[in-house]
Amino acid sequence: MERHILVVFPHPDDEAFGVAGTILSYTSAGTPVTYICLTLGEMGRNMGRPLFADRETLPEIRKKELLEACKLLGIKDLRPFGMRDKMIEFTDQQLLIQRLYNTIIEIKPSLIITFYPGYAVHPDHDATGAAVIQAVKRLPVEEQPVVHAVAFSEGCEAVIGEPDIIIDIKEFADKKLKVIEAHQSQTAGMIEAMKEHYENGDEEVKERLTKERFWTYPIEE
Amino acid sequence: MKPIDPQMAQKTLSDLKGKQLYVHLETTNGAYASHRNQSFLSAGTFIRNVQLTFLNGTIKGHGPYRIGMETELGYVYAEGLTDWKINKKGQVLFAGHDKDGKLAIAFQLSETPFPK
Repeated sequence: MERHILVVFPHPDDEAFGVAGTILSYTSAGTPVTYICLTLGEMGRNMGRPLFADRETLPEIRKKELLEACKLLGIKDLRPFGMRDKMIEFTDQQLLIQRLYNTIIEIKPSLIITFYPGYAVHPDHDATGAAVIQAVKRLPVEEQPVVHAVAFSEGCEAVIGEPDIIIDIKEFADKKLKVIEAHQSQTAGMIEAMKEHYENGDEEVKERLTKERFWTYPIEE
Repeated sequence: MKPIDPQMAQKTLSDLKGKQLYVHLETTNGAYASHRNQSFLSAGTFIRNVQLTFLNGTIKGHGPYRIGMETELGYVYAEGLTDWKINKKGQVLFAGHDKDGKLAIAFQLSETPFPK
Protein backbone atom coordinates (compact mmCIF):
# COMPACT_ATOMS: atom_id res chain seq x y z
CA MET A 1 0.00 0.00 0.00
CA GLU A 2 1.47 3.34 -1.05
CA ARG A 3 1.49 6.16 1.46
CA HIS A 4 1.50 9.17 -0.82
CA ILE A 5 1.97 9.47 -4.59
CA LEU A 6 3.74 12.36 -6.31
CA VAL A 7 2.97 12.80 -9.99
CA VAL A 8 5.22 15.14 -11.98
CA PHE A 9 4.43 16.06 -15.58
CA PRO A 10 5.04 19.15 -17.70
CA HIS A 11 1.68 19.59 -19.46
CA PRO A 12 -1.97 19.46 -18.47
CA ASP A 13 -3.24 16.24 -20.15
CA ASP A 14 0.05 14.33 -19.65
CA GLU A 15 -1.68 12.79 -16.63
CA ALA A 16 -4.67 11.77 -18.74
CA PHE A 17 -3.35 9.48 -21.46
CA GLY A 18 -0.83 7.20 -19.82
CA VAL A 19 -1.60 7.30 -16.12
CA ALA A 20 -5.18 8.40 -15.36
CA GLY A 21 -6.31 4.87 -14.51
CA THR A 22 -3.37 4.33 -12.20
CA ILE A 23 -4.02 7.63 -10.42
CA LEU A 24 -7.69 6.65 -10.05
CA SER A 25 -6.71 3.29 -8.60
CA TYR A 26 -4.69 5.08 -5.92
CA THR A 27 -7.13 7.88 -5.11
CA SER A 28 -10.09 5.50 -4.96
CA ALA A 29 -8.12 3.43 -2.43
CA GLY A 30 -7.70 6.57 -0.34
CA THR A 31 -4.03 7.20 -1.14
CA PRO A 32 -3.34 10.94 -1.46
CA VAL A 33 -1.91 12.14 -4.77
CA THR A 34 0.03 15.36 -5.26
CA TYR A 35 0.37 16.52 -8.86
CA ILE A 36 3.10 18.93 -9.91
CA CYS A 37 2.23 20.24 -13.36
CA LEU A 38 5.12 22.34 -14.60
CA THR A 39 3.38 24.38 -17.30
CA LEU A 40 -0.10 25.18 -18.56
CA GLY A 41 0.65 23.82 -22.02
CA GLU A 42 0.79 27.38 -23.29
CA MET A 43 2.23 26.32 -26.65
CA GLY A 44 -0.32 23.66 -27.54
CA ARG A 45 -1.33 23.47 -31.20
CA ASN A 46 -4.86 22.32 -30.58
CA MET A 47 -7.19 25.26 -30.21
CA GLY A 48 -10.41 23.30 -29.77
CA ARG A 49 -12.81 21.95 -32.34
CA PRO A 50 -14.50 24.10 -33.47
CA LEU A 51 -11.80 26.68 -32.65
CA PHE A 52 -12.41 28.33 -29.30
CA ALA A 53 -8.93 29.19 -28.06
CA ASP A 54 -6.05 31.28 -29.25
CA ARG A 55 -2.41 31.51 -28.16
CA GLU A 56 -3.26 34.07 -25.48
CA THR A 57 -6.42 32.50 -24.05
CA LEU A 58 -5.12 28.92 -24.14
CA PRO A 59 -3.30 28.93 -20.75
CA GLU A 60 -6.41 30.01 -18.82
CA ILE A 61 -8.58 27.49 -20.68
CA ARG A 62 -6.11 24.66 -20.04
CA LYS A 63 -5.89 25.62 -16.38
CA LYS A 64 -9.65 25.16 -16.04
CA GLU A 65 -9.43 21.83 -17.88
CA LEU A 66 -6.63 20.73 -15.57
CA LEU A 67 -8.69 21.59 -12.49
CA GLU A 68 -11.61 19.60 -13.87
CA ALA A 69 -9.34 16.63 -14.66
CA CYS A 70 -7.93 16.73 -11.12
CA LYS A 71 -11.45 16.74 -9.70
CA LEU A 72 -12.32 13.65 -11.76
CA LEU A 73 -9.05 11.99 -10.71
CA GLY A 74 -9.56 12.70 -7.02
CA ILE A 75 -6.36 14.76 -6.88
CA LYS A 76 -6.73 17.26 -4.06
CA ASP A 77 -3.21 18.70 -4.14
CA LEU A 78 -2.41 20.25 -7.51
CA ARG A 79 0.75 22.33 -7.68
CA PRO A 80 1.22 24.30 -10.89
CA PHE A 81 4.90 25.29 -11.16
CA GLY A 82 4.29 28.25 -13.50
CA MET A 83 6.90 27.30 -16.06
CA ARG A 84 6.63 27.75 -19.83
CA ASP A 85 5.67 25.03 -22.26
CA LYS A 86 8.64 24.00 -24.49
CA MET A 87 11.16 25.75 -22.23
CA ILE A 88 11.69 23.17 -19.46
CA GLU A 89 15.04 21.97 -20.85
CA PHE A 90 16.24 25.55 -21.20
CA THR A 91 15.38 26.93 -17.76
CA ASP A 92 17.66 26.85 -14.73
CA GLN A 93 17.88 23.09 -14.12
CA GLN A 94 19.30 23.43 -10.62
CA LEU A 95 16.40 25.64 -9.61
CA LEU A 96 13.87 23.15 -10.98
CA ILE A 97 15.64 20.24 -9.26
CA GLN A 98 15.65 22.23 -6.00
CA ARG A 99 11.92 22.97 -6.22
CA LEU A 100 11.17 19.30 -6.90
CA TYR A 101 13.46 18.24 -4.08
CA ASN A 102 11.72 20.63 -1.67
CA THR A 103 8.35 19.14 -2.56
CA ILE A 104 9.65 15.59 -2.13
CA ILE A 105 11.05 16.48 1.29
CA GLU A 106 7.78 18.11 2.26
CA ILE A 107 5.33 15.37 1.25
CA LYS A 108 7.63 12.33 1.51
CA PRO A 109 6.00 10.33 -1.27
CA SER A 110 6.44 6.57 -1.29
CA LEU A 111 6.11 6.58 -5.09
CA ILE A 112 6.79 9.13 -7.82
CA ILE A 113 5.28 8.88 -11.29
CA THR A 114 6.95 10.85 -14.08
CA PHE A 115 8.40 10.44 -17.58
CA TYR A 116 11.35 8.18 -18.33
CA PRO A 117 14.15 10.60 -19.28
CA GLY A 118 15.40 10.03 -22.79
CA TYR A 119 12.47 7.83 -23.84
CA ALA A 120 9.49 10.12 -23.55
CA VAL A 121 9.49 11.78 -27.00
CA HIS A 122 8.75 15.42 -26.10
CA PRO A 123 11.78 17.42 -24.89
CA ASP A 124 9.70 18.77 -21.98
CA HIS A 125 8.87 15.18 -20.97
CA ASP A 126 12.51 14.09 -21.01
CA ALA A 127 13.65 17.21 -19.13
CA THR A 128 10.94 16.72 -16.50
CA GLY A 129 11.89 13.10 -15.90
CA ALA A 130 15.58 13.97 -15.74
CA ALA A 131 15.02 16.72 -13.16
CA VAL A 132 12.87 14.41 -11.02
CA ILE A 133 15.57 11.72 -11.05
CA GLN A 134 18.20 14.29 -10.04
CA ALA A 135 15.98 15.49 -7.20
CA VAL A 136 15.48 11.91 -5.96
CA LYS A 137 19.24 11.27 -6.14
CA ARG A 138 19.80 14.08 -3.63
CA LEU A 139 18.09 11.97 -0.97
CA PRO A 140 19.97 9.34 1.01
CA VAL A 141 19.38 5.98 -0.71
CA GLU A 142 17.20 4.63 2.12
CA GLU A 143 14.88 7.64 1.82
CA GLN A 144 14.50 7.56 -1.95
CA PRO A 145 10.96 6.90 -3.15
CA VAL A 146 10.38 4.39 -5.95
CA VAL A 147 10.00 6.03 -9.39
CA HIS A 148 7.60 4.60 -11.94
CA ALA A 149 8.47 6.11 -15.29
CA VAL A 150 6.41 6.41 -18.47
CA ALA A 151 8.26 5.72 -21.74
CA PHE A 152 6.84 5.65 -25.24
CA SER A 153 9.54 6.55 -27.73
CA GLU A 154 9.77 4.35 -30.81
CA GLY A 155 11.75 1.22 -30.02
CA CYS A 156 12.34 2.11 -26.35
CA GLU A 157 11.80 -1.51 -25.24
CA ALA A 158 14.90 -2.56 -27.18
CA VAL A 159 16.99 -0.37 -24.87
CA ILE A 160 15.23 -0.23 -21.52
CA GLY A 161 13.44 -3.55 -21.74
CA GLU A 162 9.79 -4.32 -21.22
CA PRO A 163 7.83 -2.36 -18.63
CA ASP A 164 7.96 -4.18 -15.29
CA ILE A 165 4.77 -2.63 -13.92
CA ILE A 166 1.52 -3.27 -15.74
CA ILE A 167 -1.53 -1.86 -14.00
CA ASP A 168 -4.92 -3.25 -14.88
CA ILE A 169 -7.26 -0.25 -14.99
CA LYS A 170 -10.28 -1.91 -16.59
CA GLU A 171 -12.63 -0.75 -13.86
CA PHE A 172 -11.50 2.86 -14.43
CA ALA A 173 -11.65 2.88 -18.25
CA ASP A 174 -14.83 4.97 -18.43
CA LYS A 175 -13.49 7.47 -15.92
CA LYS A 176 -10.20 7.65 -17.76
CA LEU A 177 -12.11 8.58 -20.92
CA LYS A 178 -13.81 11.35 -18.95
CA VAL A 179 -10.43 12.66 -17.77
CA ILE A 180 -9.16 12.71 -21.36
CA GLU A 181 -12.38 14.44 -22.37
CA ALA A 182 -11.90 17.07 -19.65
CA HIS A 183 -8.92 18.38 -21.63
CA GLN A 184 -11.43 19.53 -24.19
CA SER A 185 -9.25 22.03 -26.07
CA GLN A 186 -6.68 19.32 -26.72
CA THR A 187 -8.79 16.23 -27.18
CA ALA A 188 -12.05 17.38 -28.82
CA GLY A 189 -10.70 16.27 -32.21
CA MET A 190 -10.12 12.68 -31.15
CA ILE A 191 -12.34 11.80 -28.20
CA GLU A 192 -15.37 10.73 -30.25
CA ALA A 193 -13.26 8.44 -32.45
CA MET A 194 -11.59 7.05 -29.33
CA LYS A 195 -14.94 6.25 -27.68
CA GLU A 196 -16.22 4.66 -30.86
CA HIS A 197 -13.11 2.51 -31.26
CA TYR A 198 -13.36 1.46 -27.63
CA GLU A 199 -16.99 0.45 -27.97
CA ASN A 200 -16.18 -1.45 -31.17
CA GLY A 201 -13.46 -3.37 -29.38
CA ASP A 202 -10.46 -1.84 -31.21
CA GLU A 203 -7.48 -3.60 -29.63
CA GLU A 204 -5.12 -0.62 -29.51
CA VAL A 205 -7.63 1.73 -27.90
CA LYS A 206 -8.80 -1.01 -25.55
CA GLU A 207 -5.21 -1.59 -24.50
CA ARG A 208 -4.73 2.14 -23.77
CA LEU A 209 -7.88 2.32 -21.68
CA THR A 210 -7.46 -0.87 -19.72
CA LYS A 211 -3.72 -1.17 -19.07
CA GLU A 212 -1.05 1.29 -18.06
CA ARG A 213 2.64 0.49 -18.29
CA PHE A 214 5.55 1.74 -16.21
CA TRP A 215 9.22 1.11 -15.83
CA THR A 216 10.71 1.18 -12.35
CA TYR A 217 13.53 3.66 -12.85
CA PRO A 218 16.98 2.39 -11.84
CA ILE A 219 18.04 5.32 -9.64
CA GLU A 220 21.41 3.82 -8.75
CA GLU A 221 23.16 1.55 -11.18
CA MET B 1 -10.86 33.89 -33.90
CA LYS B 2 -12.48 34.61 -37.23
CA PRO B 3 -11.36 34.18 -40.83
CA ILE B 4 -9.14 37.10 -41.78
CA ASP B 5 -10.84 40.05 -43.41
CA PRO B 6 -7.93 41.43 -45.41
CA GLN B 7 -9.29 44.98 -45.71
CA MET B 8 -9.90 45.25 -41.98
CA ALA B 9 -6.57 43.59 -41.25
CA GLN B 10 -4.76 46.06 -43.48
CA LYS B 11 -6.44 48.97 -41.74
CA THR B 12 -5.41 47.53 -38.37
CA LEU B 13 -1.80 47.07 -39.52
CA SER B 14 -1.68 50.61 -40.89
CA ASP B 15 -2.87 51.95 -37.54
CA LEU B 16 0.04 50.21 -35.80
CA LYS B 17 2.66 51.62 -38.14
CA GLY B 18 5.37 53.61 -36.34
CA LYS B 19 4.25 52.43 -32.89
CA GLN B 20 6.49 50.60 -30.43
CA LEU B 21 5.16 47.07 -30.47
CA TYR B 22 5.78 43.72 -28.82
CA VAL B 23 5.72 40.79 -31.19
CA HIS B 24 5.02 37.09 -30.74
CA LEU B 25 5.95 35.06 -33.81
CA GLU B 26 5.78 31.30 -33.91
CA THR B 27 5.64 28.37 -36.27
CA THR B 28 5.16 24.77 -35.25
CA ASN B 29 4.60 21.29 -36.66
CA GLY B 30 3.72 19.96 -33.23
CA ALA B 31 6.01 18.20 -30.79
CA TYR B 32 4.99 14.76 -32.07
CA ALA B 33 5.48 15.30 -35.80
CA SER B 34 8.76 13.35 -35.97
CA HIS B 35 7.46 10.73 -33.52
CA ARG B 36 4.59 9.90 -35.85
CA ASN B 37 6.71 10.04 -38.99
CA GLN B 38 10.40 9.56 -38.36
CA SER B 39 11.46 10.80 -41.78
CA PHE B 40 9.76 14.12 -41.10
CA LEU B 41 12.06 16.94 -40.08
CA SER B 42 10.16 18.88 -37.48
CA ALA B 43 11.20 22.50 -37.55
CA GLY B 44 9.60 25.28 -35.59
CA THR B 45 10.37 28.48 -33.79
CA PHE B 46 8.95 31.02 -31.44
CA ILE B 47 10.03 34.39 -30.23
CA ARG B 48 7.94 36.27 -27.70
CA ASN B 49 7.96 39.92 -26.74
CA VAL B 50 10.50 41.19 -29.19
CA GLN B 51 10.20 44.97 -29.37
CA LEU B 52 9.73 46.27 -32.84
CA THR B 53 8.54 49.26 -34.80
CA PHE B 54 7.67 48.82 -38.45
CA LEU B 55 7.78 51.33 -41.28
CA ASN B 56 5.42 49.41 -43.55
CA GLY B 57 3.18 46.47 -42.89
CA THR B 58 1.09 44.84 -45.59
CA ILE B 59 -1.20 41.86 -45.87
CA LYS B 60 -1.22 40.00 -49.19
CA GLY B 61 -2.71 36.93 -50.77
CA HIS B 62 -6.17 35.44 -51.20
CA GLY B 63 -6.20 33.26 -48.11
CA PRO B 64 -4.16 31.87 -46.53
CA TYR B 65 -2.60 35.31 -46.23
CA ARG B 66 0.93 36.64 -45.94
CA ILE B 67 2.02 39.60 -43.86
CA GLY B 68 5.29 41.33 -44.55
CA MET B 69 6.84 44.24 -42.71
CA GLU B 70 9.79 46.45 -43.19
CA THR B 71 11.56 47.75 -40.12
CA GLU B 72 14.36 50.25 -39.94
CA LEU B 73 17.01 47.51 -39.96
CA GLY B 74 15.24 44.54 -41.46
CA TYR B 75 12.07 42.61 -42.12
CA VAL B 76 9.36 40.44 -40.64
CA TYR B 77 7.47 37.86 -42.69
CA ALA B 78 4.69 35.40 -41.93
CA GLU B 79 2.72 33.14 -44.25
CA GLY B 80 -0.11 30.69 -43.86
CA LEU B 81 -2.33 33.07 -41.88
CA THR B 82 -6.01 32.16 -41.87
CA ASP B 83 -7.68 33.66 -38.79
CA TRP B 84 -7.44 36.73 -36.65
CA LYS B 85 -8.89 38.66 -33.77
CA ILE B 86 -8.33 41.79 -31.76
CA ASN B 87 -8.68 40.83 -28.11
CA LYS B 88 -9.91 42.83 -25.12
CA LYS B 89 -6.41 44.12 -24.49
CA GLY B 90 -6.26 45.49 -28.02
CA GLN B 91 -3.70 42.89 -29.03
CA VAL B 92 -3.85 41.90 -32.67
CA LEU B 93 -3.60 38.13 -33.07
CA PHE B 94 -3.12 36.47 -36.44
CA ALA B 95 -2.90 32.69 -36.71
CA GLY B 96 -2.80 29.99 -39.34
CA HIS B 97 -4.80 26.85 -38.61
CA ASP B 98 -4.64 23.66 -40.67
CA LYS B 99 -7.70 21.67 -41.77
CA ASP B 100 -7.88 20.01 -38.35
CA GLY B 101 -7.86 23.37 -36.59
CA LYS B 102 -4.31 22.94 -35.31
CA LEU B 103 -2.20 26.03 -35.06
CA ALA B 104 0.69 26.14 -37.53
CA ILE B 105 1.71 29.77 -37.18
CA ALA B 106 0.96 32.66 -34.86
CA PHE B 107 1.87 36.28 -35.49
CA GLN B 108 0.79 38.69 -32.78
CA LEU B 109 1.28 42.40 -32.23
CA SER B 110 0.67 44.32 -29.04
CA GLU B 111 1.44 47.73 -27.61
CA THR B 112 1.96 46.12 -24.19
CA PRO B 113 4.08 43.02 -23.48
CA PHE B 114 2.44 39.60 -23.75
CA PRO B 115 2.44 37.73 -20.44
CA LYS B 116 5.63 35.75 -19.89
